[in-house]
Amino acid sequence: MNMRRHLFSVFLFVLPVALIGQGLDPAALRKQPPDSWPTYNGDYSGRRFSELKQINSSNVHQMSLAWAARYTADNPGSRVQIKSTPLLVNGILYFTSPNNVWAVDVRTGHELWHYEYPPNTGSTIGNRGVGMYENWLYFETPDSHLVSLDAKTGKERWKVEIADPKLDYTSTVAPVIVGNHVIVGIGGDHLDNPGFLQSRDPETGALQWKWWTTPRKGEPGIETWPDEYAAAHGTGQTWIPGTYDPELNLYYLGTGNPNPVMADKSRKGDNLFTCSIVALNPDTGKLVWYYQVSPHDVHDWDAVETPILIDGVIDGKPRKLLAQASRNGLFFLLDRTNGKHILTKPFIDTLNWTKGFNATGQPIPDPKKFPSTDGVLVSPASGGATNWPAPSFDPNTGLFYVGAHESYSMFYLTDTDDRPQGWAGVDRSAGGTGSALLAIDYKTGNIAWRHDWPSGNAVVSMLSTAGNLLFTSNGNNLIAFNPANGKILWHAGLTGSPSAGPITYMVDGKQYVLVCAGDTLFSFTVNEPGK
Amino acid sequence: MYYSKLIFLQAALLATAAMCFGRQEPANTAGQSATKQAGAEEVTNTAALEGSKQDPAAVERGAKAFASNCAGCHGPAARGGPGAPDLVRSLLVLDDEKGILIAPVIRNGRPDQGMPKLGLTEQQISDIVAWLHLQTYTAGHRTTYMFQDIVTGDAKKGEAYFNGAGKCSTCHSATGDLAGIGKKYEPLSLQSRWLQPREVRGRRTRRGSGKESSGAVPTVTVTLASGQSFSGKLDHIDDFVVSLRDAQGDFHSFSLDGANPPRVQVRDPLQAHMDMLGKYTDADIHNVTAYLVTLK
Repeated sequence: MNMRRHLFSVFLFVLPVALIGQGLDPAALRKQPPDSWPTYNGDYSGRRFSELKQINSSNVHQMSLAWAARYTADNPGSRVQIKSTPLLVNGILYFTSPNNVWAVDVRTGHELWHYEYPPNTGSTIGNRGVGMYENWLYFETPDSHLVSLDAKTGKERWKVEIADPKLDYTSTVAPVIVGNHVIVGIGGDHLDNPGFLQSRDPETGALQWKWWTTPRKGEPGIETWPDEYAAAHGTGQTWIPGTYDPELNLYYLGTGNPNPVMADKSRKGDNLFTCSIVALNPDTGKLVWYYQVSPHDVHDWDAVETPILIDGVIDGKPRKLLAQASRNGLFFLLDRTNGKHILTKPFIDTLNWTKGFNATGQPIPDPKKFPSTDGVLVSPASGGATNWPAPSFDPNTGLFYVGAHESYSMFYLTDTDDRPQGWAGVDRSAGGTGSALLAIDYKTGNIAWRHDWPSGNAVVSMLSTAGNLLFTSNGNNLIAFNPANGKILWHAGLTGSPSAGPITYMVDGKQYVLVCAGDTLFSFTVNEPGK
Repeated sequence: MYYSKLIFLQAALLATAAMCFGRQEPANTAGQSATKQAGAEEVTNTAALEGSKQDPAAVERGAKAFASNCAGCHGPAARGGPGAPDLVRSLLVLDDEKGILIAPVIRNGRPDQGMPKLGLTEQQISDIVAWLHLQTYTAGHRTTYMFQDIVTGDAKKGEAYFNGAGKCSTCHSATGDLAGIGKKYEPLSLQSRWLQPREVRGRRTRRGSGKESSGAVPTVTVTLASGQSFSGKLDHIDDFVVSLRDAQGDFHSFSLDGANPPRVQVRDPLQAHMDMLGKYTDADIHNVTAYLVTLK
C-alpha cells in the first residue's frame, strides 16, 4: 500500500491535470503515466518502450498468470479476434474487434460494458483499437464510420461517415488524439480509391481537415504522376496510426502503396506521396516534409509501418531521429526535423528488387522485377519483409526490434490494358528461407542480434521495457527476451497466437504485462510472497 | 538446442497472406492461363460472373450492347476514352444498385456534357447495367483475375537447366515422378507448384496432416542427453517443444527447456527448393516451366 500511495502522489505531482472524472486529458499523452497505456503505441514516440522495471530480467522467470478472460460478441458470423492494442486509463482497459468495443476492469478482466456496432458489409479483417479524449472514445467501423462512445457507459454519442464504403475502403485504424484533433486514417486498395488522412473534432466529429495522400491539381508532387486523374486514383492509404513530436508539432505517418497496385502503365513516375514517410502539421493537415521509401512501388509494399521517433546521437551530436523498418525490406533512419536522409540498409538478405540507391538513399527499383504476365520472382513477397505488427525501440540498448520474413513471391501482371485498374496483378507465394526477430542498431542499420524462429512465424508485435526485457511472441507463446543479446528468459503458452502488441503498466504498485490472443486477454505479473 | 537446418513452415506463409492488407482471400482461382483481351470480347471470366451475381445472359447481351453503343466514347473496357469518363471507377456506377442511378443517365443522356440520348430499350439499358457491374466487380476482386499466357520460356534451355545448373534431376526425373506432369496441371499451377511444392495457391497444409504430397513432410531426429533417439515425421517445433510421429504412428513430444535439452535435427525434403530461390533467374523459371509443360 505504501508503494501505491507513493506512486499516486508522484502521479498527481507530475500530472495534476491528467484526471478528468475517469477520462483522459490529452496532455497526459505527452508523458505516459505509469498506470496507463493511453494511446495505440503507449506514447507518441511509437517506441513501445516502457520505463517500468519492477518486472525485469532478474525476476521475469517468476512471472505468472494474474487473470485470463474471454470475450464474445453476438454479431452473426463475427468470431472475436482482438487485434487491437488495448488502452488503459484509470483502471479500465478499452479494446476492440471489428464492430465491437469493450471496457473491462484491469484488475480482473470483468466486463463493464460491450458496445456492438450494427451488422454491415464492411471488411472485418481487423481493428487496431480506440483513441481516447477526455471521457470519449473513438473507433472506426468496417463500413467506414467514426463512432464516438461515452467511456463511462459505452453509449454512442455520435457517428460520422469518413469514407464511402461502396468504394471499398477498409477502416481498421486506431484513431490518434493530438490536442483537440482526432486523427483518422483509412485502408483499402482494390478499386483505386483516393487515400487520405482526416482530422475530426472530438466533440462533434466535424471534419477539421483532410489531407489527400496524393497531390491534386497544382500541388507539389503532381509532377510525379502522368496526370491529375492518375494521382487522384493513386490510393496511398493510411491504415496504421502515426507518431507525434510535441516539440516540433509534427505528426509522422507512413503511407500505403500506389494504385493500380501491380500495373504501372498508367502511373509512370515516383507516385508521391505513396509509400512515403510524411510529416504533417496536425493543426492544419499541411505537409511539412516527406521522404519516399519506395518510389514507384509495384509490389504492394505499403510503407505504413510505425515511424518510430528516436532521440539519439549521430556522430557525437544529439539528434531528433525517425526510424522505419519498411515492408520493402529496407531500414531507414531520417532526421525528423526536416526529413533529411541519414541511413538506408536492407534488413533481409534475400531482397532482390533494387538496382541500388540514389544520393538520398532511396531505392532505385529494377524494372526487370516489375510484375510480368509470365511472372517474376521477387523477395520480399507482397506481404513484405515486415508488416503492420508494431516494432519497438529500446533507448537503453539502442536497438530497434522488428519481426522479419525472408519471403518470395511470383508477381504476375494480369491486366495489360492501357488503363489498368484495381490490383491488375496477383502474386503467388514461392516460399522463403526463414523468419526472425531482428535487433537492429539504429545508428548503423546493422543487425546486432537475431533470433531465427525454428517454425517460421508471423511477423509479430514488440514491447521493450527498462526492466531489460523485450516481449514478443511466436506461435502461441508469449516470450521475454534479454533485449541486449537475444537470450530467451521466459515464456508461456497461450490459447492462441498473440494477435496484438503486449502492453505493460502499474496497478496497485504492481507491474503487469497484458496481451491479447484471439478472443482472450491474458494478464501476467510477478507475485512475490509477503508483499 | 541445435537445429540442423532452420526451416520455414507454412505458418509463415499464412501469416504473410493474412498480413497483406485486404488480402485475406487466396490469390486466384481458376489457376487457368487464358489469353485475355480487355473489353467486350474477352474470354468469359466465370469466377467473376459467379461472384458478381449478375445474370450471365444479361451480361452477354450487355457486352454487345455496350460495344456497339458506348465503347466508341467510353472505351472497349469502359475504362474511359477521350472526353468520356472511366465507368469502372465512376462513383455513380459504384454507388448504383440495379440501375437505379445508371439507367436514367443512359436513358436520357447527358446532353450538357456531350453524352447523347441513345434511344436504347429498357432491356438494353438493364443489360448494360449488368455488364458494367461485372466490370467493377472484376476490377475489385483479384481472386477473379485471369492470367495471360505464362509459357514464354524455351523448353530446350529448361531441360538443360533441369539436368544441369538447376540440379532438379538430383531428385526428379522426367520419365519417373514427373512423367505426365504437363498433362496433370495447367501451366500456371505447374509453375507455382514446382517453385514451391509445399505452398500451393497460398493455402496452408498443416504439417504432418497428411495433406501434403508424399515425401514432402519434414522429418526430425531428437537425441536425448542419454543418447536415446527418436525419429519420425515432424509434428510441431518451436523454441520450447518439438513433437513427432514415429514409423509406428506413436506420438512423442519433448521439452527443449532445461539444462540438457535434446539435440534436434530437422530434415526438410523440400530444402533444395528453398535454397534455389535465391539462385534462379526469371528466365530459368520460365524455361523450366516451358520444359515441364512438354512432359505430357
